[in-house]
Amino acid sequence: MEQIVNDSFKTQEYFINMGPQHPATHGVLRLILTIDGEIIKNVEPDLGYIHRSIEKMCERDSYQQIVHLTDRMDYLSAHINNEAVCLTVEKALELEVTERVKVIRTIVGELTRLASHMLWWGVMGMDLGALTSYFYAFRDREMINDIFEETCGARLTMNYNIPGGLMFDIHPNFVRRTKEFITHFRTKLPEYDKLLTGNVIFQKRTKGIGVLTREQAISYGASGPVARGSGFASDIRKRHPYSAYDRVDFKEALRTEGDNLARYKVRIDEMWESMNIIEQLIDNIPEGDYQTPTKAVIKLPKGEYYQRVETARGELGVYINSTGGKNPYRMKFRSPGFSNLSLLNEIVVGGKIGDLVATMATIDIVVPDIDR
Amino acid sequence: MTNQEIQETISKWKEGLEFSEEESEFLNLTVDKEDLREISKKLRDTPELDFDYMFCLTGIDWGEEMGVIYHLESIDKNHCMVLKVKTSDRVNPVLDTVSDIWRTAEFHEMEVFDFFGIRFAGHPNMKRLFLPPEWEGYPLRKDYEDEVNMIIK
Repeated sequence: MEQIVNDSFKTQEYFINMGPQHPATHGVLRLILTIDGEIIKNVEPDLGYIHRSIEKMCERDSYQQIVHLTDRMDYLSAHINNEAVCLTVEKALELEVTERVKVIRTIVGELTRLASHMLWWGVMGMDLGALTSYFYAFRDREMINDIFEETCGARLTMNYNIPGGLMFDIHPNFVRRTKEFITHFRTKLPEYDKLLTGNVIFQKRTKGIGVLTREQAISYGASGPVARGSGFASDIRKRHPYSAYDRVDFKEALRTEGDNLARYKVRIDEMWESMNIIEQLIDNIPEGDYQTPTKAVIKLPKGEYYQRVETARGELGVYINSTGGKNPYRMKFRSPGFSNLSLLNEIVVGGKIGDLVATMATIDIVVPDIDR
Repeated sequence: MTNQEIQETISKWKEGLEFSEEESEFLNLTVDKEDLREISKKLRDTPELDFDYMFCLTGIDWGEEMGVIYHLESIDKNHCMVLKVKTSDRVNPVLDTVSDIWRTAEFHEMEVFDFFGIRFAGHPNMKRLFLPPEWEGYPLRKDYEDEVNMIIK
């Protein structure tokens, strides 16, 4: 009898495409899935749909121009990407920026992180079928975008950093509006928890799903909330502090479970910590210049330079190999999304195809960051 | 460990290893391509070095030679170093893979193959990652020319 049942319900492995236009891939990413019934056997990402070859373009551009290419990589961490290139160029030129610049860069960087995590929270709910979270998150995120717009004229790809400092000084309203936002968001973030975190369906779709161990996280070069959800303390702000992170007191959000819920909670904790960082700095922005003058044509001395920063998604590394000219000889961006995507296969194989969407959401992929 | 101590530990393994700290903030070690796998394994497995985290893998075209630059870090010991390997064969360059030692290298090596044409022997899935399979040439090489999509001075 058992034999007959097994034969008549025999399943077969087959391929299915997820993307390149799938709402949960958040961009143009195609996943080639090998599945048996609902069980995933293999995931192979097919990349390159929006590859712009930024690294090759950098070899042609001046260092001031390169800064403007980088916010098209991880557009949700635009300010932090710009900062990474500026810090590398400043390191090579041995140029010390003023304290004012360091503090403003840190505040705007943390606002960027908040905006990015809010968007992630909104679309994570939407991926799992809870549409309300999207509207909650975008309502609050709008306040940050308005602050950015007032100070630097753009809402997303900000281009606020230049080698040597900032393009403009902060707007007179910046401090007041940032404080207003923090007061507002401190009352709203608990609502996020009430709406989504405690939800039974949400818990069932995240708890114990997509488990990544600490050893896997290190070996796969995971960083950001993906690594910290697995107990790997990878925060560059703590390990190799830059800008004003050495003088602020904040906790690194860490969880050890390694599942989707852990990565989710790490990001929620990070939002609280970002607000703490901003509050410590916003009242004492030092006086001083917002720019240190550089030459019109920047030439870096011969050598290799590397700078690491923590974007909303993890560790961004900028490698510049200069031969002394006005363009880099070779420029490489080590993007967090690229390494975080590479471990996808490890954590979804053996799971159900429906859980893939939840896991993709907690890895928080931004495709232009992978297709540089 | 300081760079000095790292250098002393590694130079015991093999004679004639090339170290350099010039023009870089890290300790640079250049190895022959035959020694790459052996030294990489030792770098990860020697307890006092413990380079378990590869935070960057860069392909580079130096003109005559091509090669790969590995940025390594130890999470517990909190020290970094850079490993370099070169090949002078531009027609059919082959290097050994380290993707089983640091799993993150798997995707990075595919990217290097895509843009520089360096094959990695022993890689589980050696194919183009971003560009379509029928693409001709390797765009990040210095001698690459594409008359349609590039402005050639």
